Amino acid sequence: MADSKVILQMSHISKSFPGVKALDDVSLTVRAGTVHALMGENGAGKSTLMKCAFGLYHPDEGEIQIDGVPVTLQNPRAAMDKGVSMIHQELQPIRTQNVMENIWIGRYPYKKVGLIPWVDEKKMYADTKSLLDGLGIHDIDPRRTVGELSVSHCQLLEIARAVSYGAKVIIMDEPTSSLTEVETELLFKIIEQLTRQGVAIIYISHKIDEILRIADEVTIMRDGRLVGTWPASELNTDLIVSRMVGREMTSRFPPKDHRIGGEYLRVEQFTSANPKSFKDISFSVHRGEILGIGGLVGAQRTELMESVFGLRPLASGRLVINGREVKIENAHDAIANGIALLTEERRASGIIPMLDIVENTVVADETKEAKRFHTGMGLLNNRKRAEETQKYVDQLQIKTPDLKTAIRNLSGGNQQKVLLGRWMLTEPDILILDEPTRGIDVGAKYEIYSLMEEMVRQGKCVIMISSEMPELLGMSDRILVMCEGHLSGIIDGATATDEQVMLLASRYESKAV
Amino acid sequence: METRRFDLKKFLMNNVLYVIMLVIIAAIAVISGGKFFSMRVMRDILNQSSVRVLVALGCMFVILTGQADLSGGRMVGLAAVVSGTLAQQATYAIKFWPGLPELPPIVPVVVSIALGVCVGMVNGWVVSKLKVPAFLATLGMQMILFGANSLYINKAPNNSQPLGGILSSFKELGSGSVFGVTYIIIIAVAAAIAVHILQTKTTLGKQIFAVGGNPEAARVNGINVFMITLVTYAIAGGFYGLAGCLECARTGSATSAYGLSYELDAIASCIVGGCSAGGGVGGVPGVFLGVVIFNVINYGLTFIGLSSYWQYVVKGIIIITAIAIDVRKYGRND
Repeated sequence: MADSKVILQMSHISKSFPGVKALDDVSLTVRAGTVHALMGENGAGKSTLMKCAFGLYHPDEGEIQIDGVPVTLQNPRAAMDKGVSMIHQELQPIRTQNVMENIWIGRYPYKKVGLIPWVDEKKMYADTKSLLDGLGIHDIDPRRTVGELSVSHCQLLEIARAVSYGAKVIIMDEPTSSLTEVETELLFKIIEQLTRQGVAIIYISHKIDEILRIADEVTIMRDGRLVGTWPASELNTDLIVSRMVGREMTSRFPPKDHRIGGEYLRVEQFTSANPKSFKDISFSVHRGEILGIGGLVGAQRTELMESVFGLRPLASGRLVINGREVKIENAHDAIANGIALLTEERRASGIIPMLDIVENTVVADETKEAKRFHTGMGLLNNRKRAEETQKYVDQLQIKTPDLKTAIRNLSGGNQQKVLLGRWMLTEPDILILDEPTRGIDVGAKYEIYSLMEEMVRQGKCVIMISSEMPELLGMSDRILVMCEGHLSGIIDGATATDEQVMLLASRYESKAV
Repeated sequence: METRRFDLKKFLMNNVLYVIMLVIIAAIAVISGGKFFSMRVMRDILNQSSVRVLVALGCMFVILTGQADLSGGRMVGLAAVVSGTLAQQATYAIKFWPGLPELPPIVPVVVSIALGVCVGMVNGWVVSKLKVPAFLATLGMQMILFGANSLYINKAPNNSQPLGGILSSFKELGSGSVFGVTYIIIIAVAAAIAVHILQTKTTLGKQIFAVGGNPEAARVNGINVFMITLVTYAIAGGFYGLAGCLECARTGSATSAYGLSYELDAIASCIVGGCSAGGGVGGVPGVFLGVVIFNVINYGLTFIGLSSYWQYVVKGIIIITAIAIDVRKYGRND
C-alpha cells in the first residue's frame, strides 16, 4: 500500500495567527486508498492543517498538490471540486431540509417543463438512493428531514455528500467522538469500502485503539510542527503517546490513593418532569468517592445530572446532602449547596467566548453571596480577581498568553482547564463532570484525572459521566449504568469489566443488580 | 518569543471607523476655515451630546446582554411631555393640570425616571418571560408609547400644542451652568462614570457581560438570566426617562414628536463605540466617544452648509461599516 499513488501532497506548510504560529513547516503525504491518521495533542495544529487542505484557511507558505498538480484552494467549494472533502462536527447540515436536498444543495438536477426549469425530485431521489446504497447505507430515507436524523446518520450523510462530489480525499475530524460502538463499527465499514474504491481518508482522532485498528499510516504533530510519519504497523499505544506528548507517559491514570468515607449525597427516586427522560432513579455518593456514570447515547445521563444541578425540572424526587434534605431549583441553589457541574457542551454552555480568562474563571463563584472579591465599599477588586485566576492558571498549567486573552482564543484542552478552575474556585463538595475529557489530548486528560484524584483525596465527591470505557473503568470507584432513562445497575469499579458495563448499558432490568 | 509585528489588518479592524470619522471632521474643519473649532461650537456640541449620551448609556445595557431596544426614542418623548406637564407655571393660561401647584424641579425628574423604569421592566418581562424577540417587542412598545404620549398631550385645554410656560427653575436644570459647564454636561459625565464603575466593578455589571456573552453558560453558572434581562431594560428605561426630562428642561418645551429616532442614533453610537451587536462586548469610553463623534459630524455637516439629508447618508454608511467590522471581529468563523 505504501507504494500506491500519492493523491494529496502538502509541502512545507506554515500558517500564523496573531500571536501564534499554528503551523511551522509541516509536510504531509497521503496515498490513494489508504487511511492516514493525523494525531497530536490539542493545539498541535492538526485541525489548522486540515482547514488549509479544505480551503478554510490559506497557508502563509508552502504548496498543496492534488494528483501531482499544484493547487490554490480559495474556499471549501474549490476544495470539493478538486476532490477534497471534510467531515466536521461543526459543519452542520441544514436541519429543516431533507437528506437529498442537503446532499445536492447548489447542484440540484433540473428538468425543463416548457421553458421553466424545475428541480427534478425524482432524479434527485434516485441519485441519492443509489449513492447511499453504494456506501452500504440502507436505513436512511432520502426524503427524511435531516433534523430528525441521529448524529451518526448526519455524519453518514456528510460522507455521502463528499462521495457525491467525487471526493478523492475525505478528511474526518474526530468522527467517532459522539458515536456509539455500533455506529462506530458502521463508520469503519464505510471507511473500508471507500478505501477499496481508492479514496484516501485522513482521520483525526485521539482514540489510539481506533487508529491502530484502521490506519495504514500515522502522522504525528506537536506544537505546530511535524514529529513524523510512520506505518501504523510499526506503532503501538506507548510509542504514539510518547511521540505526541514528547515525553514518556508511564501511566494513563494517576495512582489511586483515596479513602472512601460516609455517605454524603443521596438522590432518591428522581423522576424527570419530561416523560421521555429518566424515571425513578436512586443512588448515593460517599465522601472521597468517584462515581462513574456509564451508558449509551440517549441513556439520559446528562439529563439526570442537570436535574441534580437544578437546570431541568423534576416531577418528583428528593435530594439529601450530608443528611439534610435540600431544594435545588436552579444553578444558583446548586452552587450555594456546594455542587459544581462541568457541562458536556463546552461551547454551548461552558465558555463565554469573548470574555477573558479572569471573567470566565470567577463567574460561577461570584453568584455565591461570598463577596470574596469585594473591597470595603462593595465594589469588585479586579486585582484580587486576577490574582486568584492566576493561581488556577498556574496550578492547572493553562497555556495562555495572558489573563486578558479571550477564552475563545485558547485550545479546547485549555478552555476545559479554565472551566475546571472556575468550578474549583467555588470550592465544591460535589463535583459533577459530564464527559470531562471529550476531545481533549492525552496530556490534558491525565491532568484532569489527577485533579479528580486530588478532589476525592480531600474527601469530596466526584461524579463523572463518561462514554469512554477505559476512563470509566480506570477512574471510578463504583459505576452506575443507565439505559434509556432507567438505572440498570451499580457495579464495583475495581472489578468491573467492559462487557459488564456494555451489557447493563444495552439492557435495562427493573431490578438493580 | 513572539515578535510583535505591526498587523495592518488588525489595526484597521480596530480603528478604521475612528480614522474615517477623523477624516470627516478634518474635512469639516478645513472647509469651515477653522471656524468650526470655536468654544461656542464645541459647547453646543457637548450640550447636545449630553442628552444623547444618556440615551446611549441606557441602550448599551440592553445591547450588552445581546438584546435590542427600539423604544428609547419614544420613551424620551413621553418623559419630556410628562415632565413638561408637571413643571408649568401656575399663571400659564392653558396649564395642563390647572389645579396642580408649582412643583420643585426634582418631582418631574423623579417621575420621568420612575416611568422609564416601569416601561423598561415591561420590556424586559415581555422579552425574557414571554420570549418575544426583543426587536419586535420593543418595536411594539415604541408604538404604544407614541400613541399614549399623543393621547396624553391632546388633552384639553392643551390639545396637542407644544407645552409652554415651563418653570424657570426647571429650565435652569437644562441651561444653567457652573464655571461655564452646563448641568446637563455634568449629569451626562457623572452618569457615564457611574455606569463605567457599575460595569467594571460590580457583580451585576460582570453578570450583564456574561449573559450577553453566553446566556446558557450564564444560567449554568447560577446567574438569573431573567432577572438580569429585566434589570438591564429597567436601567435603560430609567436613562431614557432622565434624558427626556432633561430634553424638556433644555429646550423649555415638549411635544409628542420629541425623541424621534433617538434610539437609532443611540444604537449606532454603541456599535460605532465598539459594542458587539451580539452582546457581551463593549464599554463606556467607546460609547461616549461614539456619541460625541456622531454629534460632531451631525453638527459639522450642518455647519458647512450641507443639506441635513446628507447626514443620514453619512450616518448610514458609518453604521453599515461598523456592523461589517463587528461581524468580522466577533463572528463565529474562527
